This record gives sequence, C-alpha cells and structure tokens, in this order.
Amino acid sequence: MSPVTRVVLAEDGVLLREGLVGLLDRFGFAVVAAVGDAETLVAAVTEHAPDLVVTDVRMPPGFTDEGLRAAVRLRRAHPDLAVVVLSQYVRPGYAAELLDSGNGRRVGYLLKDRVVDVPEFVGMLRQVVTGGTVVDPEVVRQLLRRRRDPLARLSVREREVLALIAEGRSNAAIARTLVVSEAAVGKHVGNILAKLDLPPTEDTNRRVLAVLAYLGSDTESPAD
Amino acid sequence: MLPDEESAFTNQSTRTTEKPVPIHEKSLPTDNESVFSDTSRTPLESVTRRRFLIGGWPWRSLIYLLGTAPVAAAVGLPLLVLGLPWLVALRRITTGDLRPLGTLLVVVLVGAVLIAAFGPLLALPVAALERRRLRLIDTGPLLAGHRRPNATGPWPWLRTRYTEAATWRALGYTFLLVTAAPLLYGAVLAVPLLIVTLLISPFLVGQDVGPVSLGFGTVDSVGGALPYAVAGLLLLPAVPYLVAVLAGAHGAVARLLLHDGGGEGEQLRAELVQVAHSRARLVDAFESERRRIERDLHDGAQQRLVSLTLQLGLARLDLPADSPAADTLAAAHDQAKQAMVELREIIHGIHPQILTERGLPAALGELADRCAIPVTVHSELAGRLPGHLEATAYFVVAEALTNAARHSHATAVAVTLRQRSGLVTVQVTDNGRGGADPHLGTGLTGLADRVAVVGGRMLLSSPPGGPTLLRVELPCPR
Repeated sequence: MSPVTRVVLAEDGVLLREGLVGLLDRFGFAVVAAVGDAETLVAAVTEHAPDLVVTDVRMPPGFTDEGLRAAVRLRRAHPDLAVVVLSQYVRPGYAAELLDSGNGRRVGYLLKDRVVDVPEFVGMLRQVVTGGTVVDPEVVRQLLRRRRDPLARLSVREREVLALIAEGRSNAAIARTLVVSEAAVGKHVGNILAKLDLPPTEDTNRRVLAVLAYLGSDTESPAD
Repeated sequence: MLPDEESAFTNQSTRTTEKPVPIHEKSLPTDNESVFSDTSRTPLESVTRRRFLIGGWPWRSLIYLLGTAPVAAAVGLPLLVLGLPWLVALRRITTGDLRPLGTLLVVVLVGAVLIAAFGPLLALPVAALERRRLRLIDTGPLLAGHRRPNATGPWPWLRTRYTEAATWRALGYTFLLVTAAPLLYGAVLAVPLLIVTLLISPFLVGQDVGPVSLGFGTVDSVGGALPYAVAGLLLLPAVPYLVAVLAGAHGAVARLLLHDGGGEGEQLRAELVQVAHSRARLVDAFESERRRIERDLHDGAQQRLVSLTLQLGLARLDLPADSPAADTLAAAHDQAKQAMVELREIIHGIHPQILTERGLPAALGELADRCAIPVTVHSELAGRLPGHLEATAYFVVAEALTNAARHSHATAVAVTLRQRSGLVTVQVTDNGRGGADPHLGTGLTGLADRVAVVGGRMLLSSPPGGPTLLRVELPCPR
C-alpha cells in the first residue's frame, strides 16, 4: 500500500460527508477533495488524480444514479483508479455495471449503511485500493437468494464459498474463514465453476466477474 | 326523434335505438321477454315494429291518452283564472275595442304579472305529474332539470325555481296542455271514432235509430251498412297506429319541455368530468407528495441517522474494549443501525427510490429480488413511463407479489410488462392454488381503485386450483 492513499469523496449529504472525511482522516487516508455532486467529482478527479474515489450513487441535480454514472465514466478513463460506490439499496445491476468498467479490479460496490461498521468499511476500502474487488455481502446474499435455478445445484458449503469469492477473497482467505484446507477450497471452486458452466480460472477477480456476469443485472432468469 | 336530444346523454340510452332493428325478427322470445314486449322506447318507435299490433304499446298509448283529459281539465280551471285578464284583453282586441289604450295595457300587464307570479306554482306539480305519466310511454331517462336550492326554506326554493329554465318550460307545457292538446286530440281522434262508427253501423241501423250518417253517405238499412262495416273492419288496424302516433307526439313534446337534456345532463356530465379530473389531480398530488416525503426523509432524518451511527462507530474505536462504556456504546450503535434499517424500509415503502431512479422494470426486478417466491420479470417497455403510471404499476405488482407469497402457495411468479398502442399492460401470473377473491380484503380492491383513477382497469382470473392471473391495463398517451 502506498504511504498515503489520496481520496476524493463525493456525497451530497453534508453531515455524512463530514463524518466520512473524519473517518478517512482517522485511518490515514488523505482526503484531497470532498464534493457534493457528480460533475464536481469528475472535475476533482481530473484535478487531483487521486488513488481512490468514494462516491454516493444518488446525487444532485437529478438524484438518480449520477454518482454511479460518474464512477463508470472515471473507470473507463482511468482503469487503474480505485472506485468505491456507496449505494442506498441493493442493486445488483449497479455492481455489474461497475465491474464491467475497467478491468474489474479495484472496484467496490457497497451499501451506504456499511460505512457505520467502521473497521469493516475501512478494510474493504483498503482491499479495493490494493487491487481487490469488493461487493457488499448483502448484495451477494440477495443474488444468491434470487438465482435459485442454477444455484440450487450448489451445496450449502459451495454457496458459502461462492459468497466469499464474490466478496473478492482469495482461496487462502476463504480456507481461513471456513476453517478448511486450501485444497478443499480449490475443489469447491472447481465444482462451483463446473456447476455454473463457467470456464475454470484461478484469477480471483476474473472469478468474481464471471460469477457476477452470470448472476447478472438482467431480471430475466434463464429458461429452464 | 328530436334533434336537440342527439347531443344529450350520449353515454346513456336515449330514445334513439342504438342498434338497428333486425330485418328478420325470427328470434324466439327468451324467458324474460314475452312476445308482447318489444325493445322500443316510445310509441313512435313501436309503430315501426312488426309485432306492434300484438304488443303492449297500443294499450299503453291508449291509457296515456285517456289520462291526459283529466289532467288537462284539472289544470284548465286555475289557469283560466290566471289568464282571465289576458282573455279579456284578447276579446277587446279581436272586437277592435282598443280604448282606452292605457287600461288595455294595464290589463295585459296585470295578466302577465299574475301568470308569471303564480303560473310556476301551478306548472311545477303538473310537470312532475306529467313526467310520471310520461314513463308509461317513454322508457328513456327523464330528468326534471331542477337545481337543488343551496339553502333550506321557502325563499331559497322560490328563488331557485323562478330563475331556472325548467320551471318556465313547465309553464309552457301547461299552456299547451290546455290549449293545443285538446285541439290536436280532437283532430286525430276523430278518425278512429269514424272507423268505429263505420264498424258498428249495421248495429246502429238495427237499433232503429233512423238513417245513420257516415261521413261519405247515409245508410238506413243493415244491408246498406254492411259495405261500410267491412270498410271499418279493414280500417280497424289503423286505430292503434293512430292512438300510438298521437301518444308518441304528445310524449315527444312532453320530453322536449319537461326533460332537461341540456342543463342538468350537461351539468351532470361536466361534474363527472370534473370529478374524474380532480381525482386524477388528487392522485398526482398524492404521488408527488409521497415523493416529497421520501426525499425529505432521505435528505433529513436518514442522513442524520447514518451520520450519528457513524459517529457512534468511530467513538467505539476510542474506548477500551473491556470498559463498561464500550458495552453501552456498542448497544447504542447496534440500535442506531437497527433504526437505520427500519427507516430505510419505511422510506422504501413510501416511494421506492429505484422507481424514480431507474424506472419500472428495474424497480420490479428489485421487488422480485425481495420476494420469497422466485419471480421472473419480463419487460417490453420502450422507455420510461409517466411517473403516476410507474407508481401505479409498481404498487399493483408489489401487492400481487405479496398476495402470491402469502396465500397462493405458488412456486413461480411471472411478471410481464407490455406497451401497445397507448396501452400499458402489466400481467402477474403465478402457478399457485388460485381462489383469490378481491372481496376478501386482499388489498385488491384498493388496487382496482388506484388503477381506475388513472383510467385503467384491472382483471383478475383465479379459479380454484389456479393459476392466478392479474392483469392491469393502463392507458398511456404517447
């Protein structure tokens, strides 16, 4: 990790913006700009070339998905820029859009409520900055709940593994979490990919991408 | 058929037949339709039907005509009293006795004042009675056209009555009833009388009443009367026709003067349109109000709560984990988090952000994610719909999914959105056990109301054993 991570923060709520600035300061991030709308965000990134962008989805003027649009644009322009998007609610499509931008690395899609679990939130930010991909566990949970048809074929343990994969963890980390051997995790991963008709790959982020692409944002489930 | 009626009551049955009379009326009468009833609305229509003579219309017409005489007689006397000054004036004018002119003018004026002052009081009950009688030969809608006084008591009533057209039209009708009606009746009914006389002429002659004059000649023997009787017999079927035509003519005049096709009907229609508009406005206002509340909560309370919870989270980092304060703070932090979740749910229920942000298909996809049953959403919408339609469709699907999850035991639900030529169709199908009944308070009734307000309609098919299909059609101008 670089000595100091330079952050541009975009959040329209003044209170929360101040809170987030305090939080980031405290954990050794340097907030170079804190802005309140998507346009200023893009300008600030151009100006400061930060290492990390943390942005709300819903911002002025339209209060729809300006933050996400800006994030996707920034990722296309700077594929190495780490971006974490804070969403009001679980929207798997947002995650997929974000992961489709750039190379699928250094992105995070988190629920806004996640920021109040301070240590976890900071951990996720660091994961993204160091090249990881983070999708809010709640999003993953919903995706798993929603896609019964193919996922019904997975065992409980395999689903746990898939959830951890989707969170961007390595096999080693998954093994530690589930207290099993890394070889066992590897076998689970192989089974999952096989069951979901996904090409086997060892790249963590590719795996996430593949999973999310499969779980996808379209609301039409595959025909049985 | 009166021309000015064409404009009135376009949405209701009028006296004009909407469906053309079938040329071959071979259809057998059904259980509830005897051979004596036909679908005519007035005598004038009935005379064009083949079954006129064996139907009830000639008799109804006859009863109507017979009823006219006592009414006209009863009205005649008081009206004569009111019209006395005018009659005097009329007589003097016709005899050329115009002097003194001032006196004549005063008499005319007094007559006018009398009729204007007391005429309506006489005409109003007559009109009410005549409208009642008119029902006998006119099955179309009848409206008095009188406004409701805006206050109780005699004065407001009088003010209302004396200032509305219906009252003065009733007065006009009353005049015609005692003047034109007797003349017309006399002229038309002379013919049936003649026919009947022809018919019974042999009997009249047989009664030894001497020679009988029959208009075209005089007969003095039964044999001589027979041709006349035969002619009368042949002409007999014309009698019911004449009776019906006369009753129909009277009825048409009565409808013209006593039924308010313009004022009240127009007023009613205008009010209905206004009500529909105001309902739609109410829904729009309601919708934007919900959005405003959602925005306010999100920008205010929710931000504050998230910020507070974040501060609590930060404070926890500063306390040694084994201190008593740490436990309290942890509990406070957890409660704040719980409150955040609850508030988010509430805000979502008021107006889902995703609906505003990404439109209907996305919002329905998110609904599907939340549903306990697997739901597929299939959308063929070209673009965004107007806000109130999106909201209506969203809440319809939300309610349908809630019902499906709660009652249907379904294992799969399909939601489809289609847009065809100005109509958006939302369809929710489940493979459950069916038997959904909108009257069982499943919230479906409220939904139907919501749909009706935006001018749409809701169809439900849920046979026992399933499947349940809920279909909502919403008009959507391009």
